[in-house]
Amino acid sequence: MRFLAAIGRATLGLLATIGRVSLFAWATLTHLLRPPFYPREFGIALLNIGWLSLPVVGLTAIFTGGALALQIYAGGARFNAEAVVPQIVAIGMVRELGPVLVGLMIAARVTSSVAAEIATMKVTEQIDALITLSTHPMKYLTAPRVLAATLTVPLLVGVGDIIGIFGGYAVATGTLGFNAAAYIQNTVDFLELKDITSSLAKGAVFGFIAALMGCYFGMNSGRGAQGVGRATKGSVEAAAVLILAANFVLTGVFFSV
Amino acid sequence: MITLDNVHKSFGDNHVLRGVNLQVGKGTSMVIIGGSGTGKSVCIKTILGLVTPDQGTITVDGIDVTKTDRDAFLARFGMLFQGGALFDSLPVWQNVAFRLLRGSLAKPRDEARAIAIEKLRRVGLTPDVADRLPAELSGGMQKRVGLARAIAAEPEIIFFDEPTTGLDPIMAGVINDLIREIVTEMGATTMTITHDMTSVRTIADHVAMLHNGKIRWTGPTSEMDAAGDPYVDQFVHGRADGPIASVR
Repeated sequence: MRFLAAIGRATLGLLATIGRVSLFAWATLTHLLRPPFYPREFGIALLNIGWLSLPVVGLTAIFTGGALALQIYAGGARFNAEAVVPQIVAIGMVRELGPVLVGLMIAARVTSSVAAEIATMKVTEQIDALITLSTHPMKYLTAPRVLAATLTVPLLVGVGDIIGIFGGYAVATGTLGFNAAAYIQNTVDFLELKDITSSLAKGAVFGFIAALMGCYFGMNSGRGAQGVGRATKGSVEAAAVLILAANFVLTGVFFSV
Repeated sequence: MITLDNVHKSFGDNHVLRGVNLQVGKGTSMVIIGGSGTGKSVCIKTILGLVTPDQGTITVDGIDVTKTDRDAFLARFGMLFQGGALFDSLPVWQNVAFRLLRGSLAKPRDEARAIAIEKLRRVGLTPDVADRLPAELSGGMQKRVGLARAIAAEPEIIFFDEPTTGLDPIMAGVINDLIREIVTEMGATTMTITHDMTSVRTIADHVAMLHNGKIRWTGPTSEMDAAGDPYVDQFVHGRADGPIASVR
């Protein structure tokens, strides 16, 4: 009986959390559409989330693309399919690895910093101060960050896709003996518009999730350093899991046969 | 006039406010005293709408605070938070001029900066502080910046939450004198929360003691020492022995 009660409590807790997150997401969306707007905060968020994430996204993508080329070459050699390296690197990076890895890197870099920043603001009464200064925290803190992430993560995914493909190209032409022009031609010929649009759409969804989780956990953090730590940890865990789950759903939507 | 009528607030099983009744007259300086954890901060946060009371009504000039235009209502208030609550990412002048840079009271940037520097000067800080970040300031300077922010838009009502906590006696005296001067010259209605009896005697026109979730005693500062209430007497004189338990 206790076991069933525990399952019931956990289920109710999960449903309540889903409800709270959904309401938070809805409130964020409505605040995005209603003035006042804070362009300066939006600009700072664009810089922090987009521009300053480029190095980590670029490094992640280039190593992944290179490793992918080596794996496909070695795996393909088992059934004389080494020649498919350009095609599989392209499709693997653009459809899956690019958006997912960029999403996870953004969860690690951006979600954690947003959650820690907002949680610290809450603990030190800065959120209360914002309210007393007639400034809605959802408008000032959440809306600019979520909008900036939703707009910039697709661009980061696009850049990550290109760099990842370049990583595969560099390894394939540098160490695996592929012809450079043929490699590029195969890559371009094989990719379809749908591959690219799905990649960018995934980026937008992952950016939204990453920023939303950072803001949600920050705004709902507990007291003290422990509260900030828990909010930060929880935000990254939730963002990573939701990104992977959303990736599964979106892949089904775009590519189900 | 600010009126709290039978205000209750609980956090789970913790009944913090158990029917607070209090009136603060226009242009007066009310100081709320009471031990730690007695709900003093919750009391002023209910007025500002930062905490929603479970029961009771709060009115400002006869208007229920829950039934008024929120922005216009908050534009009448300034607040000095216990820890300053300065925005880390903004330089000092933008913290002070925060309200003047956005919303219904927005002014041109140059004008807002000039007002911020004038308010900083008013609280004894030099203009070179204006472009520093809050983290570069001492605790006392941060309190003064918080005070400058609270008065920047010249509000009608100002709340001070533990204005001298964590400051050395000299800096505490400076802050107390500043608050008294500002209150007198602005003619604002103020509510201050403090345990510091020096603050009480410097700042207050009227004193209210909050104990066990209710206003235990209220009256003019001049009558505080002869209140005839054992709780007030123990608190004012800082005695360990008395009706207020030292272990809470």
